[in-house]
Amino acid sequence: MLDIVYFAWVRERIGHPREQVETGAATVADLVAELRARDPRYAAAFADPAVLRVALDQDLADFTAPLAGVREVAFFPPMTGG
Amino acid sequence: MDGHIFDPEGRYARHLILPEIGPAGQARLNAASVLVIGAGGLGSPVLLYLAAAGIGRLTLADDDVVSLSNLQRQVLHGTARLGQGKTVSARARLADLNPEVRIETHAIRFGVETAVLVAGFDLVIDCTDNLAARHLLNRACVAAGVPLLSGAIAQWEGQIGLYAPGLGGPCYACTFPEPENPPPAQSKGVVGALPGVVGARMALEAIKHLTGAGQSLLGRLWMIDTLWNEERLLRTHRRADCPVCRGKGAAC
Ligand SMILES: [Zn+2]
Repeated sequence: MLDIVYFAWVRERIGHPREQVETGAATVADLVAELRARDPRYAAAFADPAVLRVALDQDLADFTAPLAGVREVAFFPPMTGG
Repeated sequence: MDGHIFDPEGRYARHLILPEIGPAGQARLNAASVLVIGAGGLGSPVLLYLAAAGIGRLTLADDDVVSLSNLQRQVLHGTARLGQGKTVSARARLADLNPEVRIETHAIRFGVETAVLVAGFDLVIDCTDNLAARHLLNRACVAAGVPLLSGAIAQWEGQIGLYAPGLGGPCYACTFPEPENPPPAQSKGVVGALPGVVGARMALEAIKHLTGAGQSLLGRLWMIDTLWNEERLLRTHRRADCPVCRGKGAAC
């Protein structure tokens, strides 16, 4: 099981702050593709992954990074308000 | 302090008796120069706590005027200041809080032509309200070799990082590469106490950085979701392909 945490407008679009998923995804990009295919909320949240960042077990990573051994994936955008 | 008898009722007494700050740390704060861009939600607690801490030279830039809808969260300003420039309002409040601080104000919007403003400061603090200004400020700070403490908020959430390639950390663009397409517009809704939480933490991180106390947020991104009680401290990395710092802090 993989814990996924969503922040800011990613969370807003998906509708919940965290969830656990059973996945065979090898990389972050594979996981994103899996999530996008779920329903329109996920498709909207991941419409342009280039504006998002991902952290694997609290370590900033690329979308090409492997998920083997990872317990938590966090997706977040840059926040911009001041 | 140097040659003075310690006054337990003095302005900085509670800093002076703190082991991690003490007389040496307070002297560093009193000698420090800090530039704060934006005197709004985040800028309010940042400016208030840094003035209270006795930052020697505190410079702020903001071209906005105080409006009624600001006062739900911008606690630096007050109802009597409605319609006045935020720099005017801020100066009056900060001078009252601590007349020992040298306060400089620029009633300008930070832009390409004002980027030279960052040179020579010990620390620049990003309290702006848009992504373009954040990247512009990062480029200016990398070019000038000035550390940048950047904080941001969205509705119930916040992020803070210390960006200083010259000190071995990433720059803002290493962590958040400038996207080709603009990100989706974010709601301007924000819970009033949020900039208090995030801005006070920024002031605290500025004090840590300037005094050398503890561990700074260099190479870290602190992120908080106050609505769902999620808080993370991420490790961030320099990127050799970063167009701003090239992963080593040299101006390009
Ligand atoms: Zn960089």
